[in-house]
Amino acid sequence: MNLLLVVLVPLVGAGLTGWISRFGRMKSAWMTGGLTLLSLACLAPSALAPFAGEVVVRRWPWIPEVGLDLAFRLDGLGLLFAIMILGIGLLVVLYARYYLPERDGLGRFYAYLLLFMGSMLGIVLSENLIQLLIFWEMTSLSSFLLISYAYRKQESRTGARMALTVTGLGGLAMLGGFLLLGEMAGSYELSVILTQGDAIRADPLYTPMLVLILLGAFTKSAQFPFHFWLPHAMAAPTPVSAYLHSATLVKAGVFLLARLFPVLSGTPEWTWLVIGTGLATLLIGAGIAFFKHDLKGLLAYSTISHLGLITLLFGLGTPLAAVAAVFHILNHATFKASLFMAAGIIDHECGTRDMRRINGLWKFMPYTATLAMVAAASMAGVPLFNGFLSKEMFFAETADFSSGFEYGWILPSLVGLAGVLAVAYSLRFIHDVFFNGDPIDLPKTPQEPPFWMKAPVAVLVAICLLVGVLPALTVAPLLKIVVAAVLQAPPPAFDLAIWHGFGLPVVMSLIALFGGVLVYTTRRPLFKLAERVEGQLLAKALHDWILAGLLHGSALATRWLDSGSLQRLVLTLVLSVLALGLVGFLDDGSPLTGPRAILPIDGVSLFMTAMLILVATATLVLHRRRLTALIVVGAMGLLVALIFVKFSAPDLALTQLSVEIVTIVLLLLALYFLPQHSPDESSWARRLRDGGVAILAGAGAGALTWSILTRPFDSISDYFLANSLPGGGGSNVVNVILVDFRGYDTLGEISVLALAGLGIHALLKDLRLPGLERDAEGRPWNWDLHPSIMAALTRLLLPLALLVSVFIFLRGHNQPGGGFIAGLITAVALIMQYLTNGVAWTHSRLSGNMYPLIGAGLLIATLAGLGSLVFGYPFLTSAYTHVHWPIVGDFELASAMIFDLGVYLVVVGATLLILIHLGLMHQASHPGPNQGEESL
Amino acid sequence: MEALMSLIVGVLTACGVYLLLRARTFPVVLGLTLLTYGVNLFLFASGRLTIGAPPIIDTQATQYTDPLPQALVLTAIVISFAMTAFVIMLSLKARAELGNDHVDGRETPGDQP
Repeated sequence: MNLLLVVLVPLVGAGLTGWISRFGRMKSAWMTGGLTLLSLACLAPSALAPFAGEVVVRRWPWIPEVGLDLAFRLDGLGLLFAIMILGIGLLVVLYARYYLPERDGLGRFYAYLLLFMGSMLGIVLSENLIQLLIFWEMTSLSSFLLISYAYRKQESRTGARMALTVTGLGGLAMLGGFLLLGEMAGSYELSVILTQGDAIRADPLYTPMLVLILLGAFTKSAQFPFHFWLPHAMAAPTPVSAYLHSATLVKAGVFLLARLFPVLSGTPEWTWLVIGTGLATLLIGAGIAFFKHDLKGLLAYSTISHLGLITLLFGLGTPLAAVAAVFHILNHATFKASLFMAAGIIDHECGTRDMRRINGLWKFMPYTATLAMVAAASMAGVPLFNGFLSKEMFFAETADFSSGFEYGWILPSLVGLAGVLAVAYSLRFIHDVFFNGDPIDLPKTPQEPPFWMKAPVAVLVAICLLVGVLPALTVAPLLKIVVAAVLQAPPPAFDLAIWHGFGLPVVMSLIALFGGVLVYTTRRPLFKLAERVEGQLLAKALHDWILAGLLHGSALATRWLDSGSLQRLVLTLVLSVLALGLVGFLDDGSPLTGPRAILPIDGVSLFMTAMLILVATATLVLHRRRLTALIVVGAMGLLVALIFVKFSAPDLALTQLSVEIVTIVLLLLALYFLPQHSPDESSWARRLRDGGVAILAGAGAGALTWSILTRPFDSISDYFLANSLPGGGGSNVVNVILVDFRGYDTLGEISVLALAGLGIHALLKDLRLPGLERDAEGRPWNWDLHPSIMAALTRLLLPLALLVSVFIFLRGHNQPGGGFIAGLITAVALIMQYLTNGVAWTHSRLSGNMYPLIGAGLLIATLAGLGSLVFGYPFLTSAYTHVHWPIVGDFELASAMIFDLGVYLVVVGATLLILIHLGLMHQASHPGPNQGEESL
Repeated sequence: MEALMSLIVGVLTACGVYLLLRARTFPVVLGLTLLTYGVNLFLFASGRLTIGAPPIIDTQATQYTDPLPQALVLTAIVISFAMTAFVIMLSLKARAELGNDHVDGRETPGDQP
C-alpha cells in the first residue's frame, strides 16, 4: 500500500495545495513541504528492502480483462530516483517560497510542482510499462504547466509548447516501442521483461522497437538533435529549472535507459546509437555552454552535455560503465540543482543573468559565491568533489572501451575535448560572475539573500563535498544496490577511491583541467568567432521550420476541404465513400452475385416496388413544393413498413409506422416556419452532376445489397434464438435482445434519445420566429376553431389508444411490441390531443413538463440494470437464467419489464418534449384574435 | 425478391443523396429521411430475406429469420427520428439567426460549389 501512497500523496495533494493557498502563501508552502515529507515517510517502510536484495512489487487489479494491473515496484534504481525526486523536491519547495515574488500566491505553483512530482515518482516506481507511459505523459503535461508558469510572457509559452511538442512526440514513439516490447516479452510487467533479454534481442523486430524507445528517452533527456527544447524551457521560474533539469524531468530519459538496460543493451545497434547520440550531445552541449552569456543558458547547455555523458556511458554497455552512469546521475543532480539555485539567487539579487554585466559578486555575496564555486568545481570535475569521481570513472571507461578498436583513440580524445570544455565553462561560471572586475550597470545592488534561500544550496553543496571526500562511506552501499537493479545481476567490484594510481584517466583529468584554463583565458577571440556563426546551426530553426510547415499545410488542407460550403463537404463525403467502396469491389475480384438461392418474385411485391420507386421519384420532382413532397415522403414510410411486414419483421413494421406519424407531424410543424417552396436556383450542369453522383451512390448501395442478399451467412443469432425463451423468458426474440441480451446498448440508445430531446430544448429556448399571415398561394390564415367533431372523437379515442399502448407494452416480451413501440403509440395518442384540441386545452389537463418523465425513465432503466448487481451478476445481466424462484414464479419477467418501462417513459418523454416545444413556438409566433384557442 | 429489395435500397439511396446535395435546409432534411429508409432497409437486409418466419419462438415454427438485424434496426429507426428532429430544429434555429434557409447561411444564394 505504501508504494501507491508515495505516488498518490503528491498527486492528490496538488489539488489540496491549490485550494489552501487562498488562506495565505505560507500555508501552501508548508502544505507542499508536509506532503513531500509524508510521501517520503510512505517510502520509508520499504526503503530498506532493496538493501537486503529484495524487489518490492505491489499490485492492484486495474483492467484485469487485458491483464493490466496497477503495479508498483521498488528496487535500488527506483529508490535512488525516488529519494532524489523527493529530497531535491523538498529543497526546491523551500527555495521557491523565497524565490517567487511576494505577490505570487504560490498555490498554482505548488500544485503544478506536486503534480509533476507525483508523475515523476510514478515513472520511477512503475512495474508496468503501460502505467509507466501514462506517468511519462503526465510529466510532459505537468512540466508544460510549470514551464509556462509565467504564461503572460511569450517566451514562456513558446518554451513550454516546444517542450511539449518534442517530448510528446517522443512519448508517442515510445508507446509504439513499448507495445512492441510488451508483445515480444508476452507481458508488460518489468519483472517478466527484465528476464527475457536474450529472447528480445534476438527478435526480428528488435531494431524498430529499440529505435522507438530510444526516441522517447532521447527526446525526454534532450539528446542531440532533440536538445533544443531544454534551453527554451529555461523560461520557467528558476526553482522549476533547478528541479526539472537536475534530478527529474530530463533524468526520466536516462532512467529509462537504465531501467531497460538488461533488455536492450549489448547489441551493436544499441552501442552505436546510444554512444553516437551521447557523444554528439556531450560535445555540442559543452561547446555551446561555454559561449552562452546567459547564466541559465550556460547551465542549460551544460545540463545537455552531462546528459550526453550519462547516455554515452550507458551506450558503452559494460557493468562498470553502468556504475559510472548511475553515479553521475546522482552527482549531476546534486551539483546542478545547487548551481541552478545559485543562478536564481544571482538573478534575484542582480536583476539580470547576463554574465557580461555580472562581475565581481564575491564582494557582495561571499557565502553564495563560495557555495556556487564548490558546486561549479564539482561540475568541472575538480578532485575532492563528487563530480570528479564519476568523471574519472567516465574517462576510464571510455578509454577501456576504445582500446579494442583500430581508431580507438578517437573516442577518448573527443571525450577529453568535452572535459576541457566542461572545465572552461565551469571556470567561466566562477571567474566571470564572482571576480573579473566590477559589475557593469546592474539594475539592483546585489546583497546576500535570506538565509533560507541559501540553505537548500548549502545542503546540496555539503552532499557534493561529503560524497567527494568520503565516497566509500556515503554512497557506496546505495550505489551497489542501484547497479544491481540496473544490471539485474550482482554488481561488479568497483572502488570509489579518490586516487587510483597514475593512469590514463588521471592524465585525461589533468589535460581537461589545464586545457580548460587555457581555453578560458583565450575566451575573448573565441566569443567574437561565436557571434559570427550564431543562429546558423540551430536545430531549433529546423524545428520551427517543420512546425510552421505542418501548421501551414494543415491550414491549407482544412481550407481546401472545408470551404464553408455544406454542399461541397457532403459531395466530398459521398465521393470518398464511393471511391472507397469501388476500391473494395474491384480489389476483391469476387463475383457480384453469390450462390444463395433467391426468393421468387410475386405480383404484389412487384407492384409495391413500382409504387415505392414512383413515390421516391415523385419526392425528387416535387421537392421544391415542400408540403407536397412531405406528404409523399410519409407515403414512402408506410411502404417501408409494409416491406418489414412482408419479410417477417412485425416489430419493425410497428415501429416504422408509429415513428412515421411522429416524424411527419414534426416536419409539418417545422415547415410552418420555413419557406413553403425552395427557389429554383441550381443550374442544369449542377443538377446533372448531382444526379450523376446520386445515381452512382444508389447503384453502389443497390449492388452491395444484392451481393449481400445473394450470399449465405453464419449468424450469431442462433444463440439468441436458442436462449431467448429459456434464458430471457420471452418468446419475442427481438424484444429479448433489446431488453436483455443487448440491454446495455438499449440503455445507451435511450440516453441518446433523451439527450436529443434536451438538445432540441436548448436550441429552441428563446427562439422566436414570425408566423405566416398567408400561405404560399396567398390564402389568408384560417382562424377557425378546432373542428369539433374531430376534437370530440380524438378525446374519445385517447383512452382507447392508451389501452392499445399498454397492451402492446405488456405483450412485448412474447409477441410483437415492447417499450419502444408502446412509447411511440402513447406519444402519437397524446400528440393527437394537441393537434385537435390545442396546446392550451391539453396543458390544462396534462402537464407539459417532460423532464421528470425522461429522468424517471433513465433512472428506472439504470436501476433495473443495477438490480442484477444485487444478485451478484454484472450490470444489466438478466436475472432470468440465474435466479429461479418457484414460489414467486414469474419474478424474472417482471425484471425485464422494469427495464422496458424505462425505455417506454424515455420514448414518450423525449418525443413529446420535442413536439410540444415546437407547438409552443407556434403559439408564441401567432398571436391570433382570440388568444388560447388558436391552432397548434 | 432480392433484386427488388436491392432496387429499392438503390433508389432510396440515390434520391436521398440527390436531395442531400441541395442548397436549402428542408430538402436536405427530406434527403436524410430517404437515406435513413435506405440505410435501415440495407441493415435489415443483412439478415437476408425470409418470408413468414418472424423471430417469435413458437413450437410449430420450423425456421426463424435473423432477429439481430431487426433489433439493431428497431433502435436505429427511433434514433433516426431523434436525429431528424434535431436537424430540423437546427434548420429552424439557422433560419432565425441567419434570416435564410440556405445550408451555408448565405444571405444571397449563389450557385458556386
